[in-house]
This record gives sequence, structure tokens and C-alpha cells, in this order.
Amino acid sequence: MFRYLVRRLLAAALIMLVITTITFFVFFALPSDPALLACGKTCSPSRLAEIKHSLGLDQGYLTQYWEFLKGLFAGRDFGDQSVRIHCGAPCLGVSFQTDTPVLTTLLSDFPADLSLGLGAAVAFLVLGVGLGTVAAVRRGRAADKAAVGLALFGVSVQIYFIGLLLLYLFVDKFQILPASGYTSITEDPAGWFKGLILPWTTLVIVYLAMYTRLSRSSMLEVFAEDYMRTARAKGLPAATVVLKHGLRAAITPIITIFGMDVGSLIGGSAVITESVFGINGIGKLAVDSVQNSDLPVILGTTLFAASFVVLANVVVDLVYGLVDPRVRLA
Amino acid sequence: MSVSTSPRPAGLAPAPAPFLDVRDLRVHFPTEDGLVSAVDGVSFTLEKGRTLGIVGESGSGKSVTSLALLGLHKGTRAQVSGEIWLEGRELVALPETEMRALRGRTVSMIFQDPLSALHPFFTVGSQIAEAYRVHHKVSKKEARDRAVEMLRRVGIPQPERRVRDYPHQFSGGMRQRAMIAMSLVCDPALLIADEPTTALDVTVQAQILDLIRDLREEFGSAVVIITHDLGVVSDVADDILVMYGGRRIEYGTSREVLTQPQHPYTWGLLQSMPHLTGDVGERLNPIPGTPPSPINRPDGCSFHPRCACKGWVPQGRCTVERPELRPVAGAAGHFTACHLTDAARQEIRGGTGLTEERGTGTTRAAR
Repeated sequence: MFRYLVRRLLAAALIMLVITTITFFVFFALPSDPALLACGKTCSPSRLAEIKHSLGLDQGYLTQYWEFLKGLFAGRDFGDQSVRIHCGAPCLGVSFQTDTPVLTTLLSDFPADLSLGLGAAVAFLVLGVGLGTVAAVRRGRAADKAAVGLALFGVSVQIYFIGLLLLYLFVDKFQILPASGYTSITEDPAGWFKGLILPWTTLVIVYLAMYTRLSRSSMLEVFAEDYMRTARAKGLPAATVVLKHGLRAAITPIITIFGMDVGSLIGGSAVITESVFGINGIGKLAVDSVQNSDLPVILGTTLFAASFVVLANVVVDLVYGLVDPRVRLA
Repeated sequence: MSVSTSPRPAGLAPAPAPFLDVRDLRVHFPTEDGLVSAVDGVSFTLEKGRTLGIVGESGSGKSVTSLALLGLHKGTRAQVSGEIWLEGRELVALPETEMRALRGRTVSMIFQDPLSALHPFFTVGSQIAEAYRVHHKVSKKEARDRAVEMLRRVGIPQPERRVRDYPHQFSGGMRQRAMIAMSLVCDPALLIADEPTTALDVTVQAQILDLIRDLREEFGSAVVIITHDLGVVSDVADDILVMYGGRRIEYGTSREVLTQPQHPYTWGLLQSMPHLTGDVGERLNPIPGTPPSPINRPDGCSFHPRCACKGWVPQGRCTVERPELRPVAGAAGHFTACHLTDAARQEIRGGTGLTEERGTGTTRAAR
């Protein structure tokens, strides 16, 4: 078990290295010049060279990459005599735009994604599995058709549409909720909750669809299993048969997908939701960094998102080992 | 309709109601392709401490019959009619809540494939304990002790340790023992074993049959054993019911059915079975063709398309008129549904050599 974990984490580290390499060199293949952007309208060749030097862009690609890797473990110093920025040990670089270490920005934006992603994930998992179970039990009847119809609606609408609609209804028209956005939970728990209701709802509507369908089909598959008949033959009440024996087996395939979704959501994949509701999260940071050719931030956000997906994979496998006694981690 | 037919000869005094009395049971499934008559008018009786073997090919309706005894068709699309009387209670019309109280406690079932019939995510012990707790107000600890005791009783070594294992950690024979332990945990009065030995190898098969026999003697339960293997029933059954296409085609005591089989289908079953005393090089004699479709049963006798003897019945009666179950002349408590006359039967059996010695395992059944 321990050896398994070590092996998985080493493999994860290797994957991360590959991802940074690819991101790094893809950036240089792009036709944009961050130095030119930073230089502004009144740019002279000498000023440009100066900026290039201060950003480290005058060095060769490989040297830059090597400096980046070194920074990850040893930290780096940036800037010239006038501004000197120190970037501590796991250094992901310093933003070309804001001169702040990337990790600092990431960590300050992360709670927003964590709140948004985890909150929505818990809700769509519980609701999706619940609806899917009801649909499976009432297969072919009104409740089933309603659940499947709802799911179809969920996949059909887009985040920006449902998000803007919710904003219009609840914030503008009926003014039940304050303008949405992210407030730190430690500062104002009520504000945190109110500000996230609509973004959560939006994500739930969109993700619920898949989870309802998935748990419905998983449940139906389990219903056909012999051990479900055994459970009934023991004289167990119908609810125990479905909720204990059925759900226990049906939930396993859902765990896999759920782990991936949570990993990518808190890693910043809810970018459309973030921008619709004006939440400054990792997703928005990533999009902005690409627009500004801000290489350190691009690298940082990519690595950050990737690490959550990779980590989620490891966690899913570990959880699987706990849930399914037949799985042995080795 | 001869619903009260029983292989036991009726005494002079009116016999007390049998422990289990199934009358004209029918189970139909409406499907998109038409009505599937899985069981079409099956009747039998069974007393406590006795074993009935229901024999037939796949699709003959034997498993559907057993599920009806447990009331497991309730809440499904299946249409069940007829009567199932168990200790004076009628089960077909019994509401689900009352049926549920009987399931596992009064009537319990050993399923065919113990690997798929046991839940893969729960320990063997917890599954047995659960079956006990659902019918008894006991603590988790008591139920667990009961599970250990049951595992010991069915011959699982180190039950205190094995009770914590998952089904996949058991061997095939042990899983079937665990399944048996689970079905016996509430001391059921009626035990149904659906192909209990099909998934097992021959040595384990014999052990499991011995176990079922011992338990029947110990608890005095009634046992219904469902199988396609005449060797199994000859080993344990007191009575045999042969089913074909959802109907009874032969019914009688084991001794009668195995030594004096009356129906060409039963002859076929007996002939398609290998026997120890026979010539090793001798070919088995399978019944030609396949079981009939449960949607479009052939007219007349449903066995006629595969029957080698229909030529003995004049005017093609087999293809138009369905034979009713009738008593066999000179054999009390033996019934068959076939148009063959006794004379024709004698003549055919003389030819096929199907005589008393051919019936495998009859010596055991007769003891």
C-alpha cells in the first residue's frame, strides 16, 4: 500500500515534468512577444532589450527552461537593481505583468475555486445519485421520465446562458440575492454562501445531467445482479435492498468520474462560470495570462490544474481500493 | 383439472393439509414479443422433512416456479396466478409486506451461482448476520456470533476468521456453503435450492448434497431442489417433478420416476446421462432439438417436435391435443402427461433397453 502510493506519486511527478516541458516550449512557438507587450506604445529598441533582459527572455530557451526548473527547487531572484523580487523555493516564476510570484497569486485565487468546485461537486453528486436512483427504481414511469428529461435539459443549456438567466432573475429582477462573487469564508461566511449560490446552482444544473444518467444506468445494471435478488430473498425491506445493497455497488463507477470532475473543477476548469459570475479564480487567471503572454502565469496555472487532475487520479484509485474489496493496490 | 394430485397414496381418512401445496401455478411475463408463459399450470405438494426434485432443461420454468414460492415476482411485471398454500397461508395473494416477513425466515433459497448471488462488497459474515437480523431483534454481536455458528455448521474451517472474509476470498465450494449458511440462518421450514451444485465440481457437489440432506434431517425442513441433473435428484429427492415447457410432464416418487419412467422426455433425460457401469466408449444419447420457445409453444404436446415416439400415437394426436397429467396404471402416486398407451410404452421401452437397471442412482434414492 505504501509502496503503491510512493510509486503513484513518483509517476505523478514525472507527468508534471512532461506537462511543464510541453507548456514551456509551446509558449515559445506562439508568435507573441511578452516583452513587446510590456514595453507599451512608446517603445524604443534599447528599452525593449532592457525589458527582455529583465524578464530573462534574452537567454536561450533551454537556459530559460533550466532556470525555471532550478527555481522550482531552489527559488530565484528577479528584476534589476531598482526592483528586486525574491521568489521562494517552489518558485513558479514571477508574473511578467504584475511582478508578483505566480505561486502567491495562485494561492490567493485558489480558495475561490475550492469553494466553487467542492460546493458544486457535493451538491451534484448527492442530487445526481439521488435522482438517478429514483429514476432507476421507477424505471419507465413518470418520475423516471422527469429525471431523464431534466438531465437532458441540463446537458443542453450552456453555462453562460443559465448563469446569466439566474443572475437576471435572482439578482436584477427579484433582488433576492446580492451580486454574486467570491467573499472569503473566514471574513464573511454568510456573504461567502450567498455569493456562491448562483455559481453553484449553475454548475449543478450542468453537471447534474451526467450524474443522473450515470447513476440511473449504473443502478439498473446493479438491479439485474443476482445479489440483489438474494437481498430480496433474505426478506430485506425494499429500501434496504436499493439503498444499501444497490447503491453500494452502483456508486463505484461513479466515484471514478466524480474524482476527475472534482480535480479539474478545483484546478480551475470552471472558467466560464468564474467569468459569468465575476469570480477571480484560477480559470480566469489562466485565460488572462494567455491573453497577456504571461509565460510564468501560464505555466503556473497549467501545472496547478494538472496537479489536481493527477492527484485526483491517485485519490480515486485509493478510494476504489477502500470501496471495492476485490481491488488490491499493488 | 387434477390439482390435488400427489405422489403419496391418499389414506382412507381425509389427509391433513400438506405443508406446501401448489395448485395450478401460472407465471406469465408480458413482453414486447408476446406473452411468455414461463410456468403454465404447475401443481405439487410437499411435506416437512421431505425433498422434491424439480427437473427440467433450461427454460422449462423450474427457476421461475421457485421464485414464485418466495414471492419474488411481486412488484415485477410478472403475472402470477394459481395458489401456493404454505402451512395454511396462501402466498400468491399475500401482500408484499407479509411476504417479506416470510422470506428468508419461513421460506429461503439457495441460489445457483454463489459468486454472483453473494454481494461482492460485503463480508460473508455481515451478509449472513444481516439475514438473521432482519427477522430477529438481536444485537450486531449476537447476529455475528450466529453467523460464525452457521459457518461452522456448514463445515467452513476457522469460521471466526472466515466470517470477516469477502466472497471472492472463498473457494467455489465454500461460497456455496456460505450461501447455504445464509439461507439456513433463520431455520426455514421450506428450503429451495436452485441448481445448488451446478457451479461446483463433482466432489464438492457430493459434499453439498450431503450437507443439504443432513440439514433437512436436522431441522425437519421441506426441501425443493431444482436441477437439470437427474443424478442430483436421484441422490436426494423423495419425489420428482419433471417439467417441460412450463408444465408438468411426469410426477411421482423418485423410485417410480427413475425406475419406471413413463414420458419419452424423461427417457431422454435418463439416456443423456452418463453412468458408471456403462461402456466407456458408448456415446451418450442426447435429446435432439432445443426447448420450445416460451412465446410460441407448439400445439398439442409441447414436446412433440423433439419426440421420437410420436409415431406410436395414432392420427397425429400429439400435434393437436395436449395430453393431461394422468395417473399411471398400476403405480400409485405416479403421473404422466403423454398420449402413449401402456402397450406402446412397453414395446418402446423393450426396444430402448430402458429398464430398471438403467436408472442411475436408484439404489440410493430407494433407501
